[in-house]
Amino acid sequence: MNVFRKRYKSIIVSLWFGFLLFPFMGIEQSAITALMKSAISGGIIFCGIILFEGIKMFLTASGGIAVSNNIKGGLQSVHNIFKKAILNKGLLLVLLILLIFVPFALNNYYIDILTITGIYAILALGLNIVVGLAGLLDLGYIAFYAIGAYSYGILNTEFGIPFWPALLIGGLLAAFAGMFLGMITLRLRGDYLAIVTLGFLMIVHLILNNWDSLTHGPNGILGISSPSIGKFVFSEPIHFYYLILVISILAIFIINRINNSRIGRAWIAIREDEIAASAMGINVTTMKILAITLGASWAGVAGVFFAGRYSFISPESFTFLETVIVLSMVVLGGMGSIPGVILGAALLIILPEVLRGFQDYRMLVFGGAMVLMMVFRPQGLIGNPRRKIELMPVNRE
Amino acid sequence: MFLQQLINGFTLGAVYALIALGYTMVYGILELINFAHGEIYMLGAYITIISLSILTITGLTSKSLILSLLIVLIITTIISGAYGLTMERAAYRPLRHAPRLSPLISAIGVSIFLQNYVMLTQGSADKIFPHILPPGGLSMADVTLTYMQMFIIITSVFLMTALHTFIRKTRLGKAMRATAQDKKMASLVGIDIDTVIMVTFITGSALAAVAGFMVAMYYGLVNFYMGYVAGIKAFTAAVLGGIGNIQGAVFGGFLLGILESLGAAYISSEYKDAFAFIILILILIFKPTGLLGERVPEKV
Repeated sequence: MNVFRKRYKSIIVSLWFGFLLFPFMGIEQSAITALMKSAISGGIIFCGIILFEGIKMFLTASGGIAVSNNIKGGLQSVHNIFKKAILNKGLLLVLLILLIFVPFALNNYYIDILTITGIYAILALGLNIVVGLAGLLDLGYIAFYAIGAYSYGILNTEFGIPFWPALLIGGLLAAFAGMFLGMITLRLRGDYLAIVTLGFLMIVHLILNNWDSLTHGPNGILGISSPSIGKFVFSEPIHFYYLILVISILAIFIINRINNSRIGRAWIAIREDEIAASAMGINVTTMKILAITLGASWAGVAGVFFAGRYSFISPESFTFLETVIVLSMVVLGGMGSIPGVILGAALLIILPEVLRGFQDYRMLVFGGAMVLMMVFRPQGLIGNPRRKIELMPVNRE
Repeated sequence: MFLQQLINGFTLGAVYALIALGYTMVYGILELINFAHGEIYMLGAYITIISLSILTITGLTSKSLILSLLIVLIITTIISGAYGLTMERAAYRPLRHAPRLSPLISAIGVSIFLQNYVMLTQGSADKIFPHILPPGGLSMADVTLTYMQMFIIITSVFLMTALHTFIRKTRLGKAMRATAQDKKMASLVGIDIDTVIMVTFITGSALAAVAGFMVAMYYGLVNFYMGYVAGIKAFTAAVLGGIGNIQGAVFGGFLLGILESLGAAYISSEYKDAFAFIILILILIFKPTGLLGERVPEKV
């Protein structure tokens, strides 16, 4: 009887979704095709529910709790391995050597993908400071990336400033922008930050598109010079790969140090309980502003590198979509966990490359995955165990 | 010129106010910024255009315009309300006791999902639809109030009055106010919190859908990303009036619409979309509780 009732419920749910999806199945096609399509999607949802229930039933019936614990334990041990790898200098060295020699086995195309992964890893690490460590939502993160890229682009093409000082200037400018937004909103409750940063991204986009004399509008900036050391000019993909590798390692090192310092502990305390944290003498507002400033500075650095690598930038590269991709990396990989975030970046760049046919569905999947992750596995793929306990829903009333 | 801009701004403001109401109602009860609210508005606009084209094919629009508009309006509100309800059940209810960050991320996820769903099924190009109301309107000197603008202003004022009465006078409205004040106390006196939250989402979504309906007919153009900018502006309107405050959202919506219209006319039309943001920043610096809001202490 119970089983029947469950089926009944899943049929209702699938019919409901069929009803919701029906209107969008197209005016182009006839009503019958639209009906068929929504019936199919309803059917897929139905099968999904049945499968989910089946797995759940199997797990509870056949002593499967052990199985599910095994899976959980497995993921946990992956995290532990990562953590040990970070603590264990030997393993870290092996990983580093692997990363140094891997480009020799790959062609330029794959080296470029690895370079992009590196850029996104830095972006994700920076956003992780804001979202994962301080627990604030920054939806305009790509605006800081744009500030970094455009500051190098403009400084280089107008004033001939080389890459290395620009790396510093770009990071600083992005950090100032972050500090400005933080100072305005973080005196208030954290929710406002999300919408203000979203608005900020919109403004940055407007400026990039409309201030023709400075940013060349939608055409973008061409002919930004590549970085160089003395006579040596970075020109091959492999050169940029090593450059981004060095910057990423630096980022990981610095962020890890901050994470384990007094500041990192203050962030964790704020994330867990703001009022208790301020009672312990932490200046909550300053710490939050520091988090968004530091996060923004890494986006700026990544932006300068991006401009140096491609020597061309245009507003197209800095849309809200990019923010969503970086946010997905942080959320899927595991908020607050450095190895998790790097894994998230690698997965989200490399998977769409492998599954080329699903390129169009990428953002749809990211959106759905964010909801599912929040509901079923808020700590992410390899989450920080401490974060996991915090994220468990508790009845606070 | 000035008067004309005022009328245009008032029309725009009516749309912002309708969307802002949904933001403010949800925020008042759940303290959640429902990022997917702008997408409901976009869905409403799409459903309007889709159902209007179906009615045009069947020939109903040429027979009776009023009847077909009414049918479209009903279909739009029902389906959008259903979307709002589903969103709450699937993405927000499981996270009601989770830390604040989780529902925010979930909301962003829903927003991205809906946007891309519409893009994949309806295409990424703008959808254009012929104007269906007769052109023209009341003219005085060089100021024109088109029939469409009249329709938008009258409909939204009617809906706002209806919402106000609903919240002030009915049992369910009282339950909503009680829940907004204190969820736990409300449930102790026998109010079903889940129902109240569901009703809030359905009402908010229906209002946003009506806004989408009117915009689709006003501009005769929809696209899948229209909810993004409209969402930010409506949120600004809600903050301007004082978030969580119903009258505030209406006032903020009209004020923002007028300011934006005047700004576009007299300052710069390229940076039209920037005014909302600048207003949001100024409000947050100088009067974070909004113009009509009162100070709400952070709940422990």
